[in-house]
Amino acid sequence: MAYNCVILIKQVPDTKRITGEAMNDDGTVNRSALPAIFNPEDLNALELALQIKDKFGGKVTVITMGLPAASAILRDSLFRGADDAILITDQRCAASDTLATSYILSCAVKKADFDIVLCGRQAIDGDTAQVGPQLAEKLGIPQITYVEELIELNGKSITARRNIGAGWQQVRTKLPALLTVTGDANEPRVAAAKKMMKYKNAHTPVEVEQEVRSQKTEDSEAKIKKLVEKKCSELSEKGLLIKQWDLDYIEADLKWCGRTGSPTKVRRIQSVVLAAKESKNIEPNDQDVSDMIHELIEDKIIA
Amino acid sequence: MIDVNRKGEVWVFAEQHNGHLEDTPIELMSKARRLADTLGVKLAAAVLGDGAKDIATKLIHYGADKVYLAEHPLLGTYQTNSYAKVIFDLIHKYKPQIVLYGATAAGRDLAPRIASAAKAGLTADCTDLQIGDHQTTKDEQFHKNLLFQIRPAFGGNIIATIINYDRWPQMATVREGVMPPPEPDVSRKGEVIEEKVQISQQDLPLEILEEHKRPKKVNLKAARIIVAGGAGVGSKDNFKLIWDLANCLGAAPAATRAAVDLGFIDSDHQVGQTGTTVRPSLYLAVGVSGAIQHQAGMSQSQKIIAVNNDPDAPIFQIAHYKIVGDLNVVVPKMIKAVKEKSIKEEKTVKA
Repeated sequence: MAYNCVILIKQVPDTKRITGEAMNDDGTVNRSALPAIFNPEDLNALELALQIKDKFGGKVTVITMGLPAASAILRDSLFRGADDAILITDQRCAASDTLATSYILSCAVKKADFDIVLCGRQAIDGDTAQVGPQLAEKLGIPQITYVEELIELNGKSITARRNIGAGWQQVRTKLPALLTVTGDANEPRVAAAKKMMKYKNAHTPVEVEQEVRSQKTEDSEAKIKKLVEKKCSELSEKGLLIKQWDLDYIEADLKWCGRTGSPTKVRRIQSVVLAAKESKNIEPNDQDVSDMIHELIEDKIIA
Repeated sequence: MIDVNRKGEVWVFAEQHNGHLEDTPIELMSKARRLADTLGVKLAAAVLGDGAKDIATKLIHYGADKVYLAEHPLLGTYQTNSYAKVIFDLIHKYKPQIVLYGATAAGRDLAPRIASAAKAGLTADCTDLQIGDHQTTKDEQFHKNLLFQIRPAFGGNIIATIINYDRWPQMATVREGVMPPPEPDVSRKGEVIEEKVQISQQDLPLEILEEHKRPKKVNLKAARIIVAGGAGVGSKDNFKLIWDLANCLGAAPAATRAAVDLGFIDSDHQVGQTGTTVRPSLYLAVGVSGAIQHQAGMSQSQKIIAVNNDPDAPIFQIAHYKIVGDLNVVVPKMIKAVKEKSIKEEKTVKA
């Protein structure tokens, strides 16, 4: 039996590479100074879906919500073996917290055909791990979080091993179900050369529009629109037009999207400046080290 | 949606497995007690299980005024859906203003499911909680006594303060080990409210086929002294230096993520954002550069000694004792100094 998998992916700033240059003077992070990458654990979720497809057949669909630039990770997914890719981009998504994000994603997932929904355990920009469980609740399906290994798929149910902190659990549930996948689950495959050749020119309509606008700065709005439509239909004929949905298409209730749909608000952001109140330089010689140990014993820090 | 209820209680979800109360809800109790006192409301704990009465008493000793006890044979083992349903029903019934969960594997699995059902806000992995007032810039609304939910973000590079004011309850998960646990007071009295639970087999969509729990090899949270080695230690062989120094100090050996990834030591020993958060009396960082992710797990240590041959290593910014030098020279000197002091003390005792 074949299984249709839908994977929710996210483009994130590479938080491991934050340097001084990536910090604004007010202590906020300058996202544009950081390379944007495929969220690492989302790659593990995609890999698990591709393994399911390799073994049982079925369709692998990736969905992301983000800015037009997020089209890059959709293309990357096509290079690695995804069958279909969808960009949800809409200015009304801006400032969505995890609750609003999971609502928007649930509207999109409902438009797709799925047996298994997969997410990375968490994204490295927020590290919240909330969107997966919230999406499962909105879809009304069971969740298996922190999946390390898929044990069995037998048509009606799925068995997986999940990490529970100090130890593991093997659980079974009926399909459809949502899984969040950890970095230990697998080694994500790299892009296949053939698929890269095939999909390197795959684009979302918004990317096509950006390209046209950058080249035809003199043209009228109507002319640009026409040209975009033409280019999109050309791509579509070749099977290279990546799907793009907005909130109207997925029939999202705007009350639950963006800022109005987000109960949590950011009050303040501070950069992390840690400093010891008092500090001493200790020379690496016997006397200094011995004096330091003595002081710590005197202060009853060392028993 | 649950309306704003300023008289609502402060709640802690008291996670327990097989009659054993987890550490994190205990750690949460002293902070939650202070929040409740500031707001002038009661502190309550919610316990779910099958045979969890003893835990209810314990929670009162740790500072709860009230314990909502939901017992049912189907609640004997934690499951996302059944627990989420029962807690959601309790929240709906009593309308607390704050609900806190430990950011454990179960807490991080459960809280978002409840938040989604309640359409409430949830902040993950808080390291601090405070009560404060907030004025919105746009329409200049004034909100008194909100829960400031403070958490690291962007891989620990920034600290964000999150609030929610238009939908209730205010919910947060709190990182393990960031708050000191209260001392139990066995003379404390409180009220245990036994809740009738409406659940059926349908609320348990998961079959748990097998479970293996293993205790952590080391209890870093309880250690008074920690000796941590980083990638700078160089090899698994050389990591013996860390074990030796830890042994002579009666300390727990620990490591950075880099050292764990290099295979120097087991991940149970990892301190930092993805490992354990510790706050010992003394933290010795040996060959540790001090990445922000590591600092997030140890910067609350009372005293920090750093040994590193790179004078520009970020760890020196937070160290109380800075030793710039080769750890292969410095650590043996430290071991020698500790041994000499203890011999001297023994002699004094004998005399």
